[in-house]
Amino acid sequence: MIKQNITEYNNVWVFIEHNKGKVELVSLQLLSKAKEIARDLHCDVCAFTVGDNVKPLENEVAEYGAKKFYIIENSALKDYRTEPWRDSISHLISKNKPAVVLIGATALGRDLAGTVATVLKAGLTADTTALDIDPETKNLLMTRPTFGGNLMATIFCPDNRPQMSTVRPGVFEAIKNPSKMEIIKDKFSITEDEIVKKIIEKVQTGEDKLNLGFYDIIVAGGKGMGKKENFKLLENLANVLGGTWAVSRQAVQMGWAHHTRQVGQTGQTVHPKIYIAAGISGAIQHLAGMKSSDIIVAINTDDQAPIFEIATYGIVGDALKVLPKLTKTFKGKLKI
Amino acid sequence: MKKKDFDVIIVGAGPAGLAAAYKLSTAGIKVIVIERGAFPGAKNVMGGIFYRKAMEDLIPDFEKTAPLERHIIEQKVWLLSEDSALSGGLRSEKFNKEPYNCYSVFRAKFDKWFAERAKEAGALIITETVVKEPIIENGKVVGVKTDRPDGDLYADVVIAADGINSLLTKALGLRESITPDKVALTVKEIIGLPEKVINDRFCLNNNSEGATIEITGPFFEGMVTMGFIYTNESSISIGLGTIVEDLVKHKVNINDLLEKLKNHPIVKPLIAGGEIKEYMAHMIPEGGYFAIPKLYTDGFMVCGDAAMLVNAVHREGSNLAIESGKLAAETYLKAKEAGDFSAKTLSVYQKKMKNSFVLKDLKMYRHLPKMMEEKRQLLTKYPQFAIDAVYDMYNIDGVPKVDKIKAIKKSIGKLGYIRMAKDMFDLWRKVR
Amino acid sequence: MHSLVFIKQVPDAAQVRINYETGTLIREGVPSIINPFDAHAIEAAVQLKDKYGGNVSVISMGPPMAKEILKKALAMGADKVFLLSDMVFAGADTLATSYALWAGAKKVAEEVGSIDIYWTGKQAIDGDTAQTGPGIATRFNIPLVTYAVEIKEVDKQNKKIKVSRLIDGGMETVEVPLPCLITTEETINTLRYAPLPYLIKAAKTSVVLLNSGNTEIDAEQCGLKNSPTKVKKAFTPPKREKGEMLEGNDEKTLNALYDKLEPILKQCGKL
Repeated sequence: MIKQNITEYNNVWVFIEHNKGKVELVSLQLLSKAKEIARDLHCDVCAFTVGDNVKPLENEVAEYGAKKFYIIENSALKDYRTEPWRDSISHLISKNKPAVVLIGATALGRDLAGTVATVLKAGLTADTTALDIDPETKNLLMTRPTFGGNLMATIFCPDNRPQMSTVRPGVFEAIKNPSKMEIIKDKFSITEDEIVKKIIEKVQTGEDKLNLGFYDIIVAGGKGMGKKENFKLLENLANVLGGTWAVSRQAVQMGWAHHTRQVGQTGQTVHPKIYIAAGISGAIQHLAGMKSSDIIVAINTDDQAPIFEIATYGIVGDALKVLPKLTKTFKGKLKI
Repeated sequence: MKKKDFDVIIVGAGPAGLAAAYKLSTAGIKVIVIERGAFPGAKNVMGGIFYRKAMEDLIPDFEKTAPLERHIIEQKVWLLSEDSALSGGLRSEKFNKEPYNCYSVFRAKFDKWFAERAKEAGALIITETVVKEPIIENGKVVGVKTDRPDGDLYADVVIAADGINSLLTKALGLRESITPDKVALTVKEIIGLPEKVINDRFCLNNNSEGATIEITGPFFEGMVTMGFIYTNESSISIGLGTIVEDLVKHKVNINDLLEKLKNHPIVKPLIAGGEIKEYMAHMIPEGGYFAIPKLYTDGFMVCGDAAMLVNAVHREGSNLAIESGKLAAETYLKAKEAGDFSAKTLSVYQKKMKNSFVLKDLKMYRHLPKMMEEKRQLLTKYPQFAIDAVYDMYNIDGVPKVDKIKAIKKSIGKLGYIRMAKDMFDLWRKVR
Repeated sequence: MHSLVFIKQVPDAAQVRINYETGTLIREGVPSIINPFDAHAIEAAVQLKDKYGGNVSVISMGPPMAKEILKKALAMGADKVFLLSDMVFAGADTLATSYALWAGAKKVAEEVGSIDIYWTGKQAIDGDTAQTGPGIATRFNIPLVTYAVEIKEVDKQNKKIKVSRLIDGGMETVEVPLPCLITTEETINTLRYAPLPYLIKAAKTSVVLLNSGNTEIDAEQCGLKNSPTKVKKAFTPPKREKGEMLEGNDEKTLNALYDKLEPILKQCGKL
């Protein structure tokens, strides 16, 4: 392992993930959390990103408290591709030596972080759900679930900098905290010809969001939904609640929904504020993907279904009958 | 030329199949073993006592490498009632000298080890594959069909060691489906305890000495049931097996019965403070001698549980299985010399079995299962009577011993002198 | 078209239980399996082999027991399997793991020919990091394609591959030159029930053992000692208590449910 002088490394850096000229919510959440960390470390929060035209993001970034915004603009960096982004970002980081680098644990963020950390030979902790500073050593303590949420591990990185972590979306709150921000433009020379990976096609479905983790309310359905057409009932309730809908593995296997909506061991791990499980019996693989939700509401005809073991509230009944009633009740109350 | 992938196909990687595979492989025979479990031993459960002799004949120094728990120096039998246990048995320093008579083992570990030995000897073992039926050509078994794509295999001889539900013997009409009166459902828990605690509770000097307790009596409510407690190195196996028909008749859930046994005031302190490590359930053939099918046909032999080779009285199964596998292998080697795998040649296997301890022992006890089924008093009234009688003799309450003996005689009278004498005589005759 | 698949031995999640008193996982008696995502990577590689020829090798890093999953890989159609097993690898984090696997992969290439596609599952179900695949690709300096759901096209002539992959909010198809590293989603294929001849071949093939002695692996980059991240502590999250069963599903019950959820809906800004 390369011995570093870790005192040279300073400041907390947050990667600004952006899509169609807008900052992704997770990056703002991380800016807010970074503020706390920076306070403990007596340093500044800095934001950084690359792209073809990222300067317009500055207003949003400044609003959430970054002191500096490091950017590289190059037309070859327009769409995310691992290799050019990896190299340009590695360049920024190794040049400016931040002590902490936080990246949202989105599909993009996790793809990027793994490669950047390897270039930098830095320690990287995946998908953390809690960040603290050790009051004595000032090391960053990164806590993350493993074994599908059955075990928590606190990871630290004592002798290497930067301390890198991807952080789960939705764990921290994005709090506005405007500050005067300096933009620092850097250069990274790369041309399209030098990039071997070509994007042939991009389908932004919008509808089929890959990252269910963005939502604080999820209405999920399983085998008990009976048929594909009934999934509209999930969507209706999700719309009323301003959340999204998801499915169990069985529903995917039945061909009722796409894998991108699957919650569980082999799908996505979610932890919304409210998770409504309709017609889901609660196989251990499914529970692994959602049991850290704040509140779980279970609807199932079988009062012995394992889902009731972890549900905050349980309703024994046919999801197909209960869901429309719930939608109606909530619609009336929420006045939407 | 006839299609042939292997010399011998062995179905099932339990002790019978592995014994045959080992014996044949060491003789240079091309063998494949097909196992349906994820690994050899995955589907196997037994009480957990393993007798040395049959294995030693096969692999003389097996004790050096085999995963054995404790050698057994004390074997007890309890007649158990709701609040008492009348105990008999033997603890002997003779059992504490090598070669040891028997050991407690974990089958999952032991079969894995056995499979490794067979592999080293040259046998191919494949797992997670189910043999569905024999391939029969011109009335002869020439191979097997498996559930895998491209799953047919051909060989000179197929040896069925595919357990109690043997699809092969059924498909060949050698035996019927097993009936509920000829099979015991056995459940067992492994309860983890520190070695020292086990040594203290069972009065053992060290971690390599072990004890067994077999349990029968009125506690099991007249069902043909055998309970057991065995010491492993750092755990205790506790379980029981009951004839399925009895469970159905008495509407008893065997897990409740095990729970009841574990909470018996005499059993409880033996396992107190332990942590349940594993739970297993398995069917064990209890039909005895009369349930044994014809052991061979053209190109085919059957061993182990598939041939119902279990000595229910002595809780022996795996040593019979190993012996049968070994004898089947020997028979194949003879047949190979002769270049003939017809029923006529393979009938040597049946003869070998007849002359071995396997069938001799089972023959001796041949009437016992039926008798147990018919004369429930052997399991209920008589043991209860014995427990009460001994209690009376030990209980010092001012009543003179002479009067006590009179009272005991009187209760024998109630049970029926003649009937009891006859039952006892029958029992003696049947285990003689 | 030669492939090399990186696989990991993981405990079967369905059978792992927790000891809440000690805060540890009870792994005793829990069978080890191929990480499910990695199994799909093997299948993808075997399917390409069936179509375009070449061989499929599989490598894993772990204790000697990990031989078992490599045997399974053979039964799935792999031709050669390698186990990197050495005490110097123990306790590695993802950076040290990707180093050892990268070094091991170079050794494999010496034995089976140059590799065109490296494969691995999108992440392991025990660690859930999704970092090792990207790490290996970076060390090879080859294109990385994560979250692959479909192999669209293989241009054997020009050594290029088109792959569809999941991205946040959709899907994209990328084209990369070979060699490259692909990490697979579960949906990329359906696992086949392996044909019997594969199983027989697997039983006959032995696992090639690699260690720091027979590979050019720099021990100074391996194992716990050379991992930048360390585990400070592990603990179990508080056990979820069984909640409240609401009787009936009439209007009254649903109103009661609403009242219970109202504060949270407020908190989320839904009111």
